[in-house]
This record gives sequence, C-alpha cells and structure tokens, in this order.
Amino acid sequence: MLLIPCVHCGPRNVSEFAYADAVLPAPDPNAAPPSVWRRYLYMRTNPAGWTSEWWYHQSGCRRYFMVERDTRTNEIRAAALPPRPADRGAP
Amino acid sequence: MRRRLSGGGQRPAARYSALSLLRHGLTGRDWPPAWTHHDLAPSYDVVIIGGGVHGLATAYYLAANHGIRNVAVLEKSYIGGGASGRNTAIIRSNYLTPEGVRFYNRSLTLYQRLAAELNFNVMFEQRGHLTLAHNDASLRTMRWRAEVNKLEGVDSEVIGPAEIKKRAPYLDVSEEPRFPILGALYHPPGGIVRHDAVVWGYARGADAHGVHIHQGTTLLGIDVADGRVRGVATSRGPIATPVVVNCTAGWSSTVAAMAGVELPITTFPLQAAVTEPVKFFLDPVIVSGTLHVYVSQTARGELVLGASVDPYPAYSTRGSLEFTEEVAAHVLELFPSLADLRVLRQWAGLCDMTPDFSPILGKTPVEGFHVDVGWGTYGFKAGPVSGEAMAQLVATGETPAIIKTFDLVRFEDGRLVGEKGAASVGH
Repeated sequence: MLLIPCVHCGPRNVSEFAYADAVLPAPDPNAAPPSVWRRYLYMRTNPAGWTSEWWYHQSGCRRYFMVERDTRTNEIRAAALPPRPADRGAP
Repeated sequence: MRRRLSGGGQRPAARYSALSLLRHGLTGRDWPPAWTHHDLAPSYDVVIIGGGVHGLATAYYLAANHGIRNVAVLEKSYIGGGASGRNTAIIRSNYLTPEGVRFYNRSLTLYQRLAAELNFNVMFEQRGHLTLAHNDASLRTMRWRAEVNKLEGVDSEVIGPAEIKKRAPYLDVSEEPRFPILGALYHPPGGIVRHDAVVWGYARGADAHGVHIHQGTTLLGIDVADGRVRGVATSRGPIATPVVVNCTAGWSSTVAAMAGVELPITTFPLQAAVTEPVKFFLDPVIVSGTLHVYVSQTARGELVLGASVDPYPAYSTRGSLEFTEEVAAHVLELFPSLADLRVLRQWAGLCDMTPDFSPILGKTPVEGFHVDVGWGTYGFKAGPVSGEAMAQLVATGETPAIIKTFDLVRFEDGRLVGEKGAASVGH
C-alpha cells in the first residue's frame, strides 16, 4: 500500500487520506472574469510524471497539505504545509 | 528487419462463413492474416492516434462511409492493448441526460448490426442489464433514468425485488444484507460484447478498405504552424498530414499537449478482475452503484468484476490488494453463494475522467486537430458512434448534431453535461 508522509502524523496508509486536487494558483477573486474561474475549475495539465497536489488526512489530523508525487510510479519525494499568505501576518 | 506485429504482405482475401470454416478445417491450411503490415508513407490525409476501438472505428467509417482511405492509425503498442482490451465489455444506453441517451443508443444500434457489417463475430449478447438500487435516493435516480429513456425510445423500466429474483435467481434480494435491494433499473437491450473481437473486426474492416494500421509506432510530436496541423513526428519517422484525430485513452492530455491544447482531464486507473469459470448461472449484467461493483458472466463462464476508479490519479496500471478485497466483499453481499470462487487474475486500465462524466468530442482551437477523448469509464460502449461521428466531422468539416453537446468549448461556456448519476458506479 502507498504510504503518504503526513506533515503532522508521519507516514500513514493511503486509505487514511483523500486526494483533493492538483495545486494550482488561485485567480484573484476581485478581478478574475468567469472564463478565468472556469479554467481554474476544470483545466488540468494531468502530467505523466512529477506533480504537486493537495492531500487531506481525513482519518487522522484532518490537515490539508501538499505532496510531490510521480504519477507513473507513485513515488513521493516531498510533503509540506502550504505557505502562509504574506498579508495575514503573525498568528 | 523490423519485427512484424501481425500480418504478412498479402491482402486478406477470405470472407468468414460456415463454408470457409469447413474448408479450412478440412484442408488444415492457415487463415490469411486479418490485416496487413505497411511501411510508413510520407503523408496521409488523416492520421489517427490510438489503435483502440475509437481510433479503428474512426478509420473504418472514414473509409467505409466517406471514401477517405489514405488514413493511418498509429498505435504505440498492439491494437486493443489499452483501454479497449482492459474494460469489462458492458454495452448499454440507459443514461440520464437526453443527449447522453441518444448518443449511447446510436452506439448500441451500431453494435447490434456490427457482426454482419464487419463479417466478424463480435459476440454481442443482449442479456439485459440491471442497475440495483439499495436506497430511496438511487431508486429515485432509476425512475428518472427510466422516464428519460422512455422519452428517447429506449427500453428501460424500474422493477421490484421479486422480478429481479426471476432474472437473477442467485442474487440475494432478502432483507438480510447490510444494504438490501429495493429495486432495479432493468434495461433489456444491454449486454456484453467480446471487446477484442470488436477491435479486430474494425481493424480488419479498415484494412480491407486500404487504411494503414501501424502498430509499435509511438507519436513523438505534433507539428503545428499558424494555428493548424502540418504533420506528426513518430518513432518510425515523420508524416505530413492536415488532420490529426486524438483517439487515445490514458494519454489524451499528453497527446493534446503536443498540439498545445489543454484538456479538462485527470487520469485515474480503473481495476477489474476475473474469476475461474463456472457453469452458466448469471444471465443479465448486474451493477450496484451503492456497492461500487458490476458483475457479468462471460460465454466462457468466468465472472468479470469491476469497481470504481482508484481514489487518486496515476498512470500506473499496477493492481492493488485493496481492490480485490473490496470487490470480493461487495460481490459476496450480492451473491453469497460465490464464497468459494477463486479470482484468476486482475488488471488495470487508464481512465481519462472529465468534470461532468461526459466525453469530449470534436474540434479544438488548433485547426485540423480533433479530439475523441475523456472517455472515463464508459468509452468502450461508445466506440462505434464516436467513430461514425468523428469520421463525419473529418469528412464534412461540420460537427455532427449527435456530438455537438460534447464539445471542448462547453467547459469555457459553463455548459456541462452532467452524467455522473448514470455514468459511474463510484458516486
């Protein structure tokens, strides 16, 4: 079984997780027209190779985090929490 | 010398019939090859990428219906080696949207007369198709589908457990299971087909019309200049062509990216398994959306088992134990008497999932580059109608009405064709 390295809980079986989506830059909510939103919703590069994606640890810590995975071999080389938005400041 | 994947240099002569079978049986002579090997020509009128049912059907109908014979089909492996040889061979037209019902029913009609048209037994058996409902919500969807089907002239009706028991006596329709069966959508025209035979039949038919089938030929790039297709680069050399049709499954994003076209597709593996053969006991195809499983018995007596796609995207066709465990557990809920049956083998194919569970057919922003992709888990049954429609598009330059709603632009325009309720078992 594939092991997903959760940034919070460590490596766990893939059955504890839910694949969310590819990591994509979100459009600017104040400026993007519907066509840009639709592109963001539907269009995917769908690479046969390394890709960056969101995973959700639904039967564990329930965090969303980013994983780098090779879609041909399911090899995983990195997992990380998303960067904090710059404008939010210190918690 | 290049290895020949099949065929000699001769044109296939024999028409298959009971008489020719008897003659060959008595003389013991080899059958002539069903299709021939060709060297790569420097140019073709149309180049089709993918030697599965969609690519070969498109080539066949281009030649047979429109007289366009200078056509090449490029297949990186052997014909029918991808999704066409890995699906569970179920044919039906009991979809949810009127567009979907019309489209898949045209395909079913073509399948009904395919053996006679191709002079090749595709073993289409219309044994009926039962989609089980285990809760009120799915029973409601079954009624909805039955009404849409009837309006489109497709034979479908909702039946109760007693009627289900008559059609599939070994099915557990009691109150005992965790999810008791409340009813089913019964679709008499549905059934199973021999998927390899469909691929071989179309290949033989296309070859007889002069189409070149190039197996073991990998597409390396698509030459686009001034917004239109000029040719392709392959592992066996370049080809000049004004028209490229992308008929791939699993690799449709990769091929489209070569032409600079982005698709709303994510590729997921779909697994299936087959059991050891047993005496014939199961006539109709049984599908359960709640249990994520479908079962049919082949003419050879094996049970073919399928489920929903793997839970994350991948281009890997490796099987998993989770799949086998899950599919076995769900089949036993439906058929407790199969507990001692052994699984012979399991495999996986690649499914190109779209956001609305409908395919993408038609033109793209690149002139001369057409797509017949996004076939998710429902591509095999649509092979004939897609081939017929794509051939018409290439021949006339106009998108046929039956596929208009499945164009690529619908994702920009927000006109999705929601087929999730009828196309997938995993919802």
